[in-house]
Amino acid sequence: MLALQGDYDAHSRCLKELGAAVRLVRKAEDMEEIAALVLPGGESGTMLGFLQRDNFWEKLRIFAGNKPCFGTCAGAILLAAEVENPVQPCLGTLDIGIRRNAYGRQLQSAIHNADSGVGGAPLELVFIRAPRIIRTGPEVEVLARFDNDPVWVRQGMLMATTFHPELSEDGRVYEEFLRSI
Amino acid sequence: MTQNQSASLRLKTGLAEMLKGGVIMDVTDVRQAEIAERAGAIAVMALERVPAQIRAEGGVARMASPKRIREIMAAVSIPVMAKCRIGHFAEAQILQELGVDYIDESEVLTPADGMHHVDKHAFQVPFVCGARNLGEALRRIAEGAAMIRTKGEAGTGDVIHAVKHLRSIVGDMRMLTVLDEAELYARAKELQAPYELVRSVAQSGKLPVPNFSAGGIATPADAALLRQLGAESVFVGSAIFMNDAMNFAHPDEAERRARAIVRATTHYENPAILLEISEDLVGAMKGLAAAGIAETELLQTRGW
Repeated sequence: MLALQGDYDAHSRCLKELGAAVRLVRKAEDMEEIAALVLPGGESGTMLGFLQRDNFWEKLRIFAGNKPCFGTCAGAILLAAEVENPVQPCLGTLDIGIRRNAYGRQLQSAIHNADSGVGGAPLELVFIRAPRIIRTGPEVEVLARFDNDPVWVRQGMLMATTFHPELSEDGRVYEEFLRSI
Repeated sequence: MTQNQSASLRLKTGLAEMLKGGVIMDVTDVRQAEIAERAGAIAVMALERVPAQIRAEGGVARMASPKRIREIMAAVSIPVMAKCRIGHFAEAQILQELGVDYIDESEVLTPADGMHHVDKHAFQVPFVCGARNLGEALRRIAEGAAMIRTKGEAGTGDVIHAVKHLRSIVGDMRMLTVLDEAELYARAKELQAPYELVRSVAQSGKLPVPNFSAGGIATPADAALLRQLGAESVFVGSAIFMNDAMNFAHPDEAERRARAIVRATTHYENPAILLEISEDLVGAMKGLAAAGIAETELLQTRGW
């Protein structure tokens, strides 16, 4: 669990409920003994400040190219191939283009429901100052859409959502991720 | 609580969850807001004057000019908060209309109502409120606050009251977890807080909303101290951009301080990194010892 800043507590709680062992990652060395990494919601700019020092960035890029990673909101922005509003560095491992704060400020934050690729009841989507996925590459599978925009995507071992499954009671998104480990 | 209220509260506390483990910085103009964002602040609080200036200059402190807040909102991509006076729901309505991301109903401004706080359930925008103890925190949550922060003593650079308030809140929560049902009713009466909220704290051992710290935090070590005592994030007011109540720090110096406090807030449990951060710093706000402030001049006693 990347724990530089953001809602890593909420994520850790959900993962533990499903039986996963959680370790907090605050330095590059902390990644040495983990099987997969979750990148939480929060402020991507703040996280970049930590990642762009002490060789963290290169190690994270290599990790994300070889091991399962799941990014929500700010975490999805870090994994993306292009970021706008404003343009900022990203790992480039997940072939999507993403626009920060694309739906507006906190007053536009909202809870919606949508059908998803995992079937069953509609998935609850909690959006908080959410980004919008504006491009998906040919290798990217879209697992859920809202208003025609992809909100849950997967490419090999990488997964990302623009909503926050960690703020929802529905564990299906995590189950899907844990299956890839 | 209605279904709408509960969905609304999830979105409000949801944003507070995103702000965890970070630093919210007081700023008075676009230039300061840009420095704060560059240094890694997770949000800025847009103000007309920082608390140290308010304390020194006196007069009635009100909501900042909406024009100033709008400029700051346009300049940075992180969330922007603004303060309204205690009980001043009209200022809060104006701030909501402006579209700020969080409102701080703050004792740092001159209170507008000596008995009532704002009914925060009536707003779509989330509120943060200050508290000195558990009873006060739970009363604010009952009114709809989606985040609690300690009051500390703003504008002093002296951390003693933030520590006192946080220890009081955390200690009282810990005590609730060992009480039996009958004792919880009596304790709710003593705390002057709704029984349902007291019971929820007794079960979980924590507040139902994120618990941050504010008031007198001046150095990276202060931030680490409060994080270790249980604060999930810190607000830093005057200590980044001011040298004392009248003089601003040089912008480069302010940026160094801001970066240092951001790093310390994340690495709060790592003394080796905290040492490295502290060694790199050259100065800190001079400050004002809170023990020397007359009772009538304290900001923290505002709020009911």
